[in-house]
Amino acid sequence: METTLPALAERLARALGDEAVITDPVRLRTYECDGLTNHRAMPAIVVLPESAEQIAAVVRECAAAGIPYVARGSGTGLSGGALPRTDGVLIVTSRMRRILEIDVPNQRAVVEPGVINLDVTRAVRPYGYYFAPDPSSQQICSVGGNVAENSGGAHCLKYGFTAHHVLACEIVTPDGELVTLAAGDPGYDLLGAFIGSEGTLGITTKITVRLTRVPETVQTLLAAYDSIEAGGTAVSAIIGAGVVPAAIEMMDALSIEAAEASVACGYPPGAGAVLIVELDGPEPEVAAQFAEVERLCREAGAFEIRIAADDAARALIWKGRKSAFAAVGRISPAYIVQDGVIPRTALPQVLASIDALSAESGVRVANVFHAGDGNLHPLVLFDDAEPGAAERAEEVSGRILDLCIEHGGSITGEHGVGVDKARYMPRMFSDADLDTMQMVRCGFDPAGLCNPGKVFPTPRLCGEVPGVRKGPHPYEGKADIF
Amino acid sequence: MGGPLDPLDALAKVCGDVRPGEPEEGVLGVTPRFVAAPGTVAEAAEVMRVAAEQGLAVIPRGGETRLDWGLPPGRCDLLLDTSRLDRVIEHAAGDLVVKAEAGLTMERLAEVLAGRGQRLSLDVPLPGSTVGGTIATGAAGPLRLLYGSPRDLVIGLTIVRADGQIARSGGKVVKNVAGYDLGRLFAGSYGTLGVIVEAAFRLHPVPSAHAYVTTRVPDAANAHEAVQGVLHSPVAPSALECEASGDGITLGVLLEGVPEGVAARATRVADLLGPGADISHEPPAWWGAYPDGTTLIEVTAPPSALAEAPAATEGTAPADGAALLWGAALAGVEGCQVRWSASGKGYVGLTANAAEVAEVLARLRTTLARHRGGAVVRYAPEGVRTADDVWGPVPALTLMRRVKAQFDPEHRLSPGRFVGGI
Ligand SMILES: Cc1cc2nc3c(=O)[nH]c(=O)nc-3n(C[C@H](O)[C@H](O)[C@H](O)COP(=O)(O)OP(=O)(O)OC[C@H]3O[C@@H](n4cnc5c(N)ncnc54)[C@H](O)[C@@H]3O)c2cc1C
Ligand SMILES: Cc1cc2nc3c(=O)[nH]c(=O)nc-3n(C[C@H](O)[C@H](O)[C@H](O)COP(=O)(O)OP(=O)(O)OC[C@H]3O[C@@H](n4cnc5c(N)ncnc54)[C@H](O)[C@@H]3O)c2cc1C
Repeated sequence: METTLPALAERLARALGDEAVITDPVRLRTYECDGLTNHRAMPAIVVLPESAEQIAAVVRECAAAGIPYVARGSGTGLSGGALPRTDGVLIVTSRMRRILEIDVPNQRAVVEPGVINLDVTRAVRPYGYYFAPDPSSQQICSVGGNVAENSGGAHCLKYGFTAHHVLACEIVTPDGELVTLAAGDPGYDLLGAFIGSEGTLGITTKITVRLTRVPETVQTLLAAYDSIEAGGTAVSAIIGAGVVPAAIEMMDALSIEAAEASVACGYPPGAGAVLIVELDGPEPEVAAQFAEVERLCREAGAFEIRIAADDAARALIWKGRKSAFAAVGRISPAYIVQDGVIPRTALPQVLASIDALSAESGVRVANVFHAGDGNLHPLVLFDDAEPGAAERAEEVSGRILDLCIEHGGSITGEHGVGVDKARYMPRMFSDADLDTMQMVRCGFDPAGLCNPGKVFPTPRLCGEVPGVRKGPHPYEGKADIF
Repeated sequence: MGGPLDPLDALAKVCGDVRPGEPEEGVLGVTPRFVAAPGTVAEAAEVMRVAAEQGLAVIPRGGETRLDWGLPPGRCDLLLDTSRLDRVIEHAAGDLVVKAEAGLTMERLAEVLAGRGQRLSLDVPLPGSTVGGTIATGAAGPLRLLYGSPRDLVIGLTIVRADGQIARSGGKVVKNVAGYDLGRLFAGSYGTLGVIVEAAFRLHPVPSAHAYVTTRVPDAANAHEAVQGVLHSPVAPSALECEASGDGITLGVLLEGVPEGVAARATRVADLLGPGADISHEPPAWWGAYPDGTTLIEVTAPPSALAEAPAATEGTAPADGAALLWGAALAGVEGCQVRWSASGKGYVGLTANAAEVAEVLARLRTTLARHRGGAVVRYAPEGVRTADDVWGPVPALTLMRRVKAQFDPEHRLSPGRFVGGI
């Protein structure tokens, strides 16, 4: 007997309780998109499980019925990774927010997937520790989402990404089984493959994270330059001197203008670019290197250098940078946040090309970037009231990705592929590359029910899967069943 | 066209360096029928295509420093020797990135990088080990504490699949989340998923100064206390190692950075470790080396496990440092040597018979399981290897088998060498 979506909803309600299953369209609307709001889809069913066993039960029901499902943490993803399926179930982890264990002697903690990134740090801070991955969304995004996206933040230049700070994940496999993938266990590093797989290999239900010792000292400076080129020279000099800063961030004139309009960050007037450099670590180490960084920034032509004297001053320096995305709303009715990567040394050429692209198309582009690792966040501005403007912006945004690829870079440094960039994957990877990646997918999820349609432009046929339904989905075209 | 080609002829058609295998080239006693040494990635792909056509079982061979790790292969028709794939493809010093072919030796790579004041932050390997072999074994020494292992430093990988297809993942930029990360999947896969032909790594500057601080501790409780003291201090060590043998227990801390910083931090660590701590520019003799013994066991043992109270009072000589660790799991085994890193990895070397090794393994696994650790036999004499469960529990084995079946449906790549008969 085939299970219809309403029948599935009933079964799920029996397993999880009525409270945990949403089918009311008004309430479903909350979940129709993630942080990438131009992609929307109403899920047929939303479930709010409270335990790993409940998630396993949901996945088993979906597997038995051949119905697709998507995991969602806080829904801050910027590539549509948590975009629901109209013919499927959205599994939301927002009721799984317990910190299960803090193990200071072993510098690790065990958390449920819905735990907010910053809450891990808040919980372990009294012991002198923190959770290093620091996406700008850290006040709201979940650790489960961080794992799925292999998220990083401004400080990943020195400390790496989520993959470097996760020691084990308990997951529900697409078969509905609970399995632990741990870094130290014998066999393949399936944990490594799972992290960054954008929710397509299973759902993580418990995460063991590595805790990092809070550095003894932090030093931050802001240097103002006439041009991006001069700022770029400073970055090259710092890296060339063998310094590994905790973070090096750069903003161009247009993004500074937006930040001023929005949060009045008071950056040096007239700057064509500002550079934020932060060092952290043992006091004597930082003291020596910071003096050198300051000198190098000056030599590269900084017309003003501000050094944060305390945490408040440091927060002020970061305020402009951290508000940049949202701030662009002050200078443009609509914008696209792009995320591409280039080899750091190609920065001047690529920025010149983006300028040319902008001039030629008449589309304004503000640039904010993690300059230390070449991760660009061009903000492509447009007026959505103007006919054709969105398309032009989309075109410019896509051509920026082409520039990244031409220079040996990547189409995404931290926001993921999701639905947004699946179509760009063939520009970066060959068919064989994509096919090979999907072998992993076929190993985990041969039926292709776990977050289908994300990351890869075309699914791979996984070969014979015993007991798995073939052919068109029985509810295709009946998604508006509720 | 005549009938089907003889495998040697078929291989010779696509690769300039093909010959019959010699008994000395045997992998744990299994002599390869053929050896092929492709000189380019394209040639390697052709060799693998021919191997697929001919149904040959293939084992990749790097520097052969650890070809005896793992289990003997069920079959070995073809040794794919990477020694001619030995080019540095690109060292982008300004980007702190290097891309190299898999057969390049780690020493040669280090030399090239040092020319620009940079390094791949994995310890200087056993002489001759290759880029591909290092990734395939997931090998890392003391620096693992701060920098991780190959899976953390590989940013791009090119492999040749069992069917001869060339596939890439990642790229040559450090920050990159486009697609699945095959680099992490292939790290520690012991040649069972495909042949690694090229790899890109993120690099670090060579620190301008370093110091080793070492001290002897009387017992496991003291070792534990000292390790905790250093870990929770802000000195940010690059490595924190423990050596234990018949001579007792020694701790060593590596500090790296600028001269002023290292000097101050070394003094601090010496204070933490207490009187008798010694600061030196040179590493202690045991640093980063395998313990001696005919059997090598790799343990996953987080710091808390060090201080496990001894399970029983077996006639342990108080001077035997190895016997004091991990709840005396190694008590009563003569000549046991331990190297343990605060990253949670350790090695136990012993020369013992099958029954003794089985006993040690069982005790280690019981003790370490309480700390979510475990123990795996890396190499052992034949009698020991066959008698014991070398891998111990493998929680995600079903998924591993399924991934293996996707990459190598005919089970021709290093068959039988890995967990669960993979
Ligand atoms: C203002 C803003 C700033 C941001 N800054 C950064 C930044 O600096 N760096 C950065 O990397 N990202 C950044 N992001 C993107 C986003 O916050 C991260 O990708 C984050 O990790 C997503 O977490 P989430 O809980 O919101 O996940 P969601 O958006 O809910 O989901 C993201 C993906 O994870 C999957 N997923 C969620 N939970 C699980 C689970 N338990 N198991 C398996 N898969 C799961 C989903 O299916 C989806 O594919 C930013 C976003 C915003 C809105
Ligand atoms: C305490 C300790 C510290 C160590 N520290 C280090 C260290 O810091 N750095 C380090 O490099 N090593 C270290 N080693 C381990 C040793 O040096 C590695 O095992 C070695 O790097 C393997 O390289 P190889 O070229 O000799 O490979 P081989 O011995 O030839 O092969 C080893 C395995 O890898 C497979 N393989 C080889 N090449 C490929 C390929 N191209 N594609 C797919 N599979 C392949 C083989 O089939 C085989 O299974 C350490 C070991 C110990 C115990």
